[in-house]
Amino acid sequence: MLGKLTWAAIPTDEPIALITVLVVLLGIGAVLAWITVKGHWTYLWKEWITSVDHKRVGVMYFLLGLVMLLRGFADAIMMRTHQALAVGGADAGYLAPDHFNQIFSAHGTIMIFFTAMPFMVGLMNYVVPLQIGARDVAYPTLNSVSFWITAAGMALINISLGVGVYSRAGWLAYPPLSELQFSPDVGVDYHLWALQISGVGTLMSGINLVATIFKMRAPGMTLTRMPIFCWTALASNLLIVAAFPILTATFAMLLLDRYLGFHFFTNDAGGNAMMYVNLIWAWGHPEVYILILPAFGVFSEVISTFSGKPLFGYRSMIAATMVICVLSFMVWLHHFFTMGGGADVNAFFGIMTMIISVPTGVKVFNWMFTMYGGRVRFTAPVLWTIGFMITFVIGGMTGVMLAIPPNDFLLHNSLFLIAHFHNVVIGGVVFGALAGYMYWFPKAFGFRLHEGWGKASFWFWCIGFYIAFMPLYGLGLMGMTRRMQHYDNPAWQPWLVVAMFGTVLIFFGIVCLVIQLAVSIRRREALADTTGDPWDGRSLEWITTSPPPSFNFSVLPDVRGEEAYWGIKQAALRARRLADKPVYEPIHLPHNSPTGFFTAFFAVVLGFAMIWHIWWLAILGLVGAFAGFVVFAWRDEDEYEVPAAEVAAYDEQRRAIRQSLVDTEARA
Amino acid sequence: MSESILQAVAPAGSPAAAANATASPQRPRHPLLRSRAFGVAPLLLTACSGGVLDPKGPIGDAERSILLNSFVIMLFVVVPVIVLTLAFAWWFRASNPRAKYMPDWVYSGRIEFIVWSIPALVVMFLGGIAWVGSHDLDPWARIESKKPPVEIQVVSLDWKWLFIYPDQGIATVNELVVPAQTPLHFHLTSATVMNSFFVPQLGSQIYTMAGMESQLNLLAHAPGVFDGLSAQFSGEGFPEMRFKLRALADADYAAWIDGRRGAGDRLDAAAYRTLLQPGVEKQPRYFGAVESNLFQHILMQSHTLPAMKAQAGNGETAASAHMH
Repeated sequence: MLGKLTWAAIPTDEPIALITVLVVLLGIGAVLAWITVKGHWTYLWKEWITSVDHKRVGVMYFLLGLVMLLRGFADAIMMRTHQALAVGGADAGYLAPDHFNQIFSAHGTIMIFFTAMPFMVGLMNYVVPLQIGARDVAYPTLNSVSFWITAAGMALINISLGVGVYSRAGWLAYPPLSELQFSPDVGVDYHLWALQISGVGTLMSGINLVATIFKMRAPGMTLTRMPIFCWTALASNLLIVAAFPILTATFAMLLLDRYLGFHFFTNDAGGNAMMYVNLIWAWGHPEVYILILPAFGVFSEVISTFSGKPLFGYRSMIAATMVICVLSFMVWLHHFFTMGGGADVNAFFGIMTMIISVPTGVKVFNWMFTMYGGRVRFTAPVLWTIGFMITFVIGGMTGVMLAIPPNDFLLHNSLFLIAHFHNVVIGGVVFGALAGYMYWFPKAFGFRLHEGWGKASFWFWCIGFYIAFMPLYGLGLMGMTRRMQHYDNPAWQPWLVVAMFGTVLIFFGIVCLVIQLAVSIRRREALADTTGDPWDGRSLEWITTSPPPSFNFSVLPDVRGEEAYWGIKQAALRARRLADKPVYEPIHLPHNSPTGFFTAFFAVVLGFAMIWHIWWLAILGLVGAFAGFVVFAWRDEDEYEVPAAEVAAYDEQRRAIRQSLVDTEARA
Repeated sequence: MSESILQAVAPAGSPAAAANATASPQRPRHPLLRSRAFGVAPLLLTACSGGVLDPKGPIGDAERSILLNSFVIMLFVVVPVIVLTLAFAWWFRASNPRAKYMPDWVYSGRIEFIVWSIPALVVMFLGGIAWVGSHDLDPWARIESKKPPVEIQVVSLDWKWLFIYPDQGIATVNELVVPAQTPLHFHLTSATVMNSFFVPQLGSQIYTMAGMESQLNLLAHAPGVFDGLSAQFSGEGFPEMRFKLRALADADYAAWIDGRRGAGDRLDAAAYRTLLQPGVEKQPRYFGAVESNLFQHILMQSHTLPAMKAQAGNGETAASAHMH
């Protein structure tokens, strides 16, 4: 009846896991109770859970990323404290091998799939339609489904904490270790089903944003007038569309091996594990660019806005972005030079990898020259950006070092590698996500985040990063490999202790983020953004109010050049008045839909049932998820109308504020 | 072409090159690969004894040189970028009245040309190093020497290393004893999951993969004891997949072989099945005799396609032949 599921799946013998589960359950229970007592359920259901508004979906994505950052970081600090103690045998430190191996597998998976991805997808969801002057994404309901399916994958991973075990095969689940023969329990199944399900969500989100950028741009918004963030989003989502099917197919093959006795990657019957390794990196390398390209976009927007200048070399930046987009598919083998692929093969992939550093280097130079001749305001987003430029250049340097095959023969899988990719992922993706968060937060919520706490967070993150990861470069050179539950070389320990203190500093950085949010909410009156344009922005998201109305723009903007809003703003300032009042028309918007929520619920059921071999429940989940779509497809009306009068009334207010700004500027 | 570029970086006749020239037999290398990267090596070495910056063989020497050279070459770009980033940001701060505000300065063909050229030139340069280095240091490439290489078969097990000496007819677990100043020719596979065979101070690691044979050529300059390990996570006992590589002088090595041969257990099918059980071996083990063709048997039992049959011992041929 319940497949492999028994009471033994509850980790009663693992106090750390058990206590964590209890605390999390208590926390969730408290939140649910609070919502019930305050009577917020209707609001949550109507305004968030069933919302198909790209802005709401974007915020929920980002929130998911923030929550999972805490989970992924909890894993990180456990690994760092454990390794700081773990000199000696298998009983050194405080995490048993079984637990330690689950933690590093979960850390990587969560940070990439459920922290970095939701951060970037959330920012793109929120910002891209606003920047191209659209009312929503191309497929709003699909967007909501994408988000909820991603959340379903996240739920599965977290269920593994309290029911069963998680994978111990690393975040990429290399076979043969991840095959049934070597990982017979449900850990790898949790990993595969969680990522299969969320991967579908990511793919749909990618299709959605590509369609949005190609088909939904405002009149006059040609491709080469789009803000650079939209270009990086386009490149990132093209990569999602091209790369995620590879991931799905690869995991499908591994699932067939595990469930139906196939031999794609097994040791016997002609299976070839290296085929998996090739395929997973054919997805995996584009994946890192899926994450970093939108971050590049964020930095470009931030550095331009706060330098009071257009982005230097805009077309060069587009070229660099698209070159990276294409090249990212031609370098995957550098992740396993040590396979012994032969000198020609290794040299080819090494050189291709280095070539990617050319457009990346161009970007760094262009950011530098954007500041040149500017008036740089050192706000929190700018600190993240400058911190990124310096950190990322170092990470890029170590990346090029690793791209030279003989260097990789020494450093592959060492802590040098770990330091390198945290150097680019923290310095690039995380800094980018947080820069974007602080930059666009006032747009989303109508008040700015507290600057002081934001800057404090930056300094803790930045200094913490260096203290946590520079020692790892050294340890890699000293011969320490990744994923060691214990080690017998006491010379490594001091470095690991230093790294642990760095992690503690990063922890303070996260605490500052939480405090910043709390303080900002409390002082939201003082931090209010009444103008809709708190930073003297240049792109279209700043033309509308903060937060924007559900329809984003009362009339679609008329784009006359690059930096659409900057042009409109300057014209108004020169004329000392806004453009003439437009003719308002009723606006059609999509209805809310619970499709995403229900589909995700049944996806969790399906995944859980497959993991535990509860076949009847799996069928139920599959049918339920499908039924959600059928019901949605049979809907009678899918749009509602915002009357022209309502749009006009809204715009009246917005124009009054804008006019007063123009007047103020004119007097000054 | 690449010759002249590379020599510009590593002047022949540097003390490092001279030091290496007197060392034990090695295959001919590029001058670049023999240099010691502008003398920064000794600084880093003091902190890193025992690691990849403290090599004890020609492969490790050459790889360390490439590592340090590529690092120093990139510093020529990285340091100015960092300095300029900070300088521009500081000078053009909004509160600096002396900084010239150029709100419309968004393009300069000259600067564009330079910013594409600088990374492109660096990459062409480093690409040359990568190409030459990949070929010179191909794990399959034999090390030239008057002495014939010692053939060693390596099998990764859960979670221990099995070393078979086919010509001597002995085997060891978790200890690898080799002659110094003699080329070592490894044939490697895995009986279970993937691992990576690595002796950091000798250089190059390589994967061990079930059903596939990889090869590796190393050499130790002088007698010594070096740490060996698996660099690829392989499950619960992974941290214990460590061994000592003991490089002995020729006479000591011969004596060690004589002492081992015929002594102790025989590594036959039954003994191998015991080794195959997942577990950790705290102490090295020795077998005085080995079932013939055990390595081939381990290699074959995992796959059935004839095309996969390893062509053991044909040295310089394309590595990929062994992979498929």
